[in-house]
Amino acid sequence: MRAELAARLAWQAHAAFVIAKKDALVYYRKPPVVTFGIVFPVFFVLAFAAGRTLAPESLVPGIVAMALFFTASAIGPLVTPWERQAKTYERLVTSPASLGAILAGDALAGAVFGAVLTLMPIALGVAATPAAIARPAELALGVVFGAAAFSALGVLLAAPATDTPSQVMMLSNLVRLPLIFVSGVFVPHAEMPSWGQSLAPLSPLSYAADLIRVGFGQTAYFSVASDVAALAVFAVFFLAAARLFHARGRARGR
Amino acid sequence: MPEPMIEAHGLCRRFGDALAVDHVEFVVRRGEIFGFLGPNGAGKSTTVRMLTGYLPPSEGRALLAGIDVGHDPSAARRHIGVVPEEANVYADLTVWQNVMLMAELHGLARARRTARGEELLETFGLADRRRQKGRELSKGLRQRLMLCMALVTDAPILFLDEPTSGLDVASAHLIRDVVTRINRDRGATVFLTTHNIEEADALCHRVAIINRGRLAAIDTPRALRAAIQSRRAVEVHFATPFPDASTLAGELSPDDIVPLADGYLIYSAEPGRVAQEIATRASARGVRIASMATRDPSLEDVFLHITRTRATAPTSGGQVHAR
Repeated sequence: MRAELAARLAWQAHAAFVIAKKDALVYYRKPPVVTFGIVFPVFFVLAFAAGRTLAPESLVPGIVAMALFFTASAIGPLVTPWERQAKTYERLVTSPASLGAILAGDALAGAVFGAVLTLMPIALGVAATPAAIARPAELALGVVFGAAAFSALGVLLAAPATDTPSQVMMLSNLVRLPLIFVSGVFVPHAEMPSWGQSLAPLSPLSYAADLIRVGFGQTAYFSVASDVAALAVFAVFFLAAARLFHARGRARGR
Repeated sequence: MPEPMIEAHGLCRRFGDALAVDHVEFVVRRGEIFGFLGPNGAGKSTTVRMLTGYLPPSEGRALLAGIDVGHDPSAARRHIGVVPEEANVYADLTVWQNVMLMAELHGLARARRTARGEELLETFGLADRRRQKGRELSKGLRQRLMLCMALVTDAPILFLDEPTSGLDVASAHLIRDVVTRINRDRGATVFLTTHNIEEADALCHRVAIINRGRLAAIDTPRALRAAIQSRRAVEVHFATPFPDASTLAGELSPDDIVPLADGYLIYSAEPGRVAQEIATRASARGVRIASMATRDPSLEDVFLHITRTRATAPTSGGQVHAR
């Protein structure tokens, strides 16, 4: 029984890996990925920094967290609508890959993409400003677990049964943009107003930004363990919710 | 008797208040090519989607190779290759990448999938295009590629939903030829949904006709044709101006007469007698007959007979299974 379960899990893990590979080949080079994944966070950071007398190195953790957030969640919301629009979705769903494996594959692709692209602002921040990586393990945990949670959020945002990517992008920005303001990306949690401090724990970006700040030698607001645990819970919750919405949509014939 | 490979047990599907598929029941055995016919909106694609696990049934259950699709969809789907209706290839993947994607999803080992992929690209005339992107292929080539993607899985069951619809003659012929070969050589079970009655007649061991969500008939094409002997016909073409059909063939219902450009197709249970009568009356009126032949019912006649006359309650037609 246990061996059978292990074999099934191995099969679905393989299927998730194949789906992730397909996503990487098919979707990573699409213009919205570049626009929303790289250009958008850069301009967002510049808008935040304009007119403020902040040391450049103090902005680096925020830029890294923002880049991670936008790159990891850029693809996920669009994959399923693109698949539906291109009429490739039904064949994928009628393959032996389970719905969970398909969604996990989409999330894996987003997470790897986000984590890899985030190395760029990290390298630039370290090279071009006095910022230095003080605790690499915490930084790595923040990037890896943050990427997993954000890409799972992207997969959840793709759950509405639509074949119009622009609709999903609207929903995606409606959800993602407010999360930035309550996550202490640029204003440390301790300096946020009380309402902001109450809302911060509801955003996965809070925990990833916290870990990344620790990685760059700044003070943690939550503990490292609770940051990691919260990001893991968010990732699982987003994927489970996405699976539920997809299953409901299919039950309705969409 | 070969084992059942596809089983539909009381399959029903509702969309809101509308009943799209109504207690459909059949069994397809190993090695059969099973045609699934019906007019637009009859419930063909909805039935296929329930059988392949894309759509959960409102009632009933589907089994593939003995595995309940609702209970263990992934295990059941390892036994199938699917060409869904209105599906497409990945436009941004090459021909080879598209084929390998499906092989990998079915867990084929690298050596096996490479050998099988190369063999299929050769068979379907796509070997020279393996590096071309899906978006660069014509409709016919894309359909060939989709069939490659279904066949590379080595699955014992194939679901083909309108595989030759809208294709050029050469592509359609190639696909029919390959389907026949994989059935004959590998013993694959094929579930073929099609609008093309001639295709179903030529390829299928058995056909089922679905009408308004209900299974109206299921049997071999020959038995279905034999079941509607009243749809035998006389086809007559005249060499000179010709009179009204009723003056030529006595008491005939207008429903039994189909006007042709230079004659008539006249349906009758006694085509010999009708032919004799037409010849006699034509001679008496000085009308010259260019050609005349009696015709057995075609599967198209069966299809039209069933879908026009059996709005709700099916009656016998060959071996008819319906509820």
